Amino acid sequence: MNADGQAVVAAVESVAERIEAERDHLTDLDSAIGDADHGGNMARGWAEAADAVGDLEDPDPATVVKTTGKTLMSEVGGASGPLYGGSLVFASAELEDGIDAESAVAFAETYLEKVEDRGDARVGDQTMVDALTPAVHTFKKSVETDDLGPLEALAKAVDAAERGVAFTVPIRASKGRASYLGWRSVGHQDPGATSTLFIMEELLATAADHLGADVPDVDATSPTIPDEDPEE
Amino acid sequence: MVGLVVVSHSARAGEGIVEVAAEMGGDTRIEAVGGDGQGGIGTVPDDIETALESADDGDGVVVLVDLGSAVMNAEVAIETSDVEAVIADGPVLEGAVNAAVAATDPSATLESVREQAEAARDIDKL
Repeated sequence: MNADGQAVVAAVESVAERIEAERDHLTDLDSAIGDADHGGNMARGWAEAADAVGDLEDPDPATVVKTTGKTLMSEVGGASGPLYGGSLVFASAELEDGIDAESAVAFAETYLEKVEDRGDARVGDQTMVDALTPAVHTFKKSVETDDLGPLEALAKAVDAAERGVAFTVPIRASKGRASYLGWRSVGHQDPGATSTLFIMEELLATAADHLGADVPDVDATSPTIPDEDPEE
Repeated sequence: MVGLVVVSHSARAGEGIVEVAAEMGGDTRIEAVGGDGQGGIGTVPDDIETALESADDGDGVVVLVDLGSAVMNAEVAIETSDVEAVIADGPVLEGAVNAAVAATDPSATLESVREQAEAARDIDKL
């Protein structure tokens, strides 16, 4: 029995439930600046993905992630298919030797690169990249530089993603359907950044559950702001 | 002969564009693909891949796309497919008409048809 594989299956199921619960919320965000299909498309795609990974027999993590991505690609019917699904399929290769802190960083970086590449988007375009980039950078730094445990690193990444979602509100969209609105896109929260945050929150909750720990109470900036003045 | 695939968010828009292009396109194989597969607006990579296969007779396929996910899903389909295909970076309807005509040239290649499709960006209407 591949325990990590089962944990990833549980994560996909949690994401599917969360996206379904947030379906109307995502659709409302997308109605304001897009084509109002994000909630429905994502809910359908993740529900199908949860079914597909539930049918796998004792899968390893990479197989679960790849199956999730392939299902999203064929079921979503919009830009979220290639962006979320295609990037998961591509990045799943980084998990072929299992999940540890190092492979999780490689997975996150590869996923971000693929999203940027496929969507031709960068930070500041009012897209999911605005949530993903700070999350991936924070995760990498927490693991590689600050030597934090995986759960704490992921918790900080989720906080960074939340800040990224907030960052999409006051900026003007230059990619995606919202870019057609020009200045009217200012003041709106990006639906893709928002669903990316929901997915990450579910990954964190599932990882904490899998490791038998509480979700650490940290934020993205905590280690860079020392408690005490080093001069004292 | 180089084939064409027109990818639109709307199945009906795709079919309409093919209808217009086919008028000028002689024997050119032109496939329309579009919709989310559930009767709604969207694009699906598996459907685009099927269209690539139908349009290809061995000389490759030029793909015309409308917005956002049509571009991304066409890229995904091309990466997955064995058919040699390229996306033309031009307006979907005018590009399809240009490409359909270009493909009827006996010396047409994948590249020459794409170039003609992309030349539609410079069409003056007034």
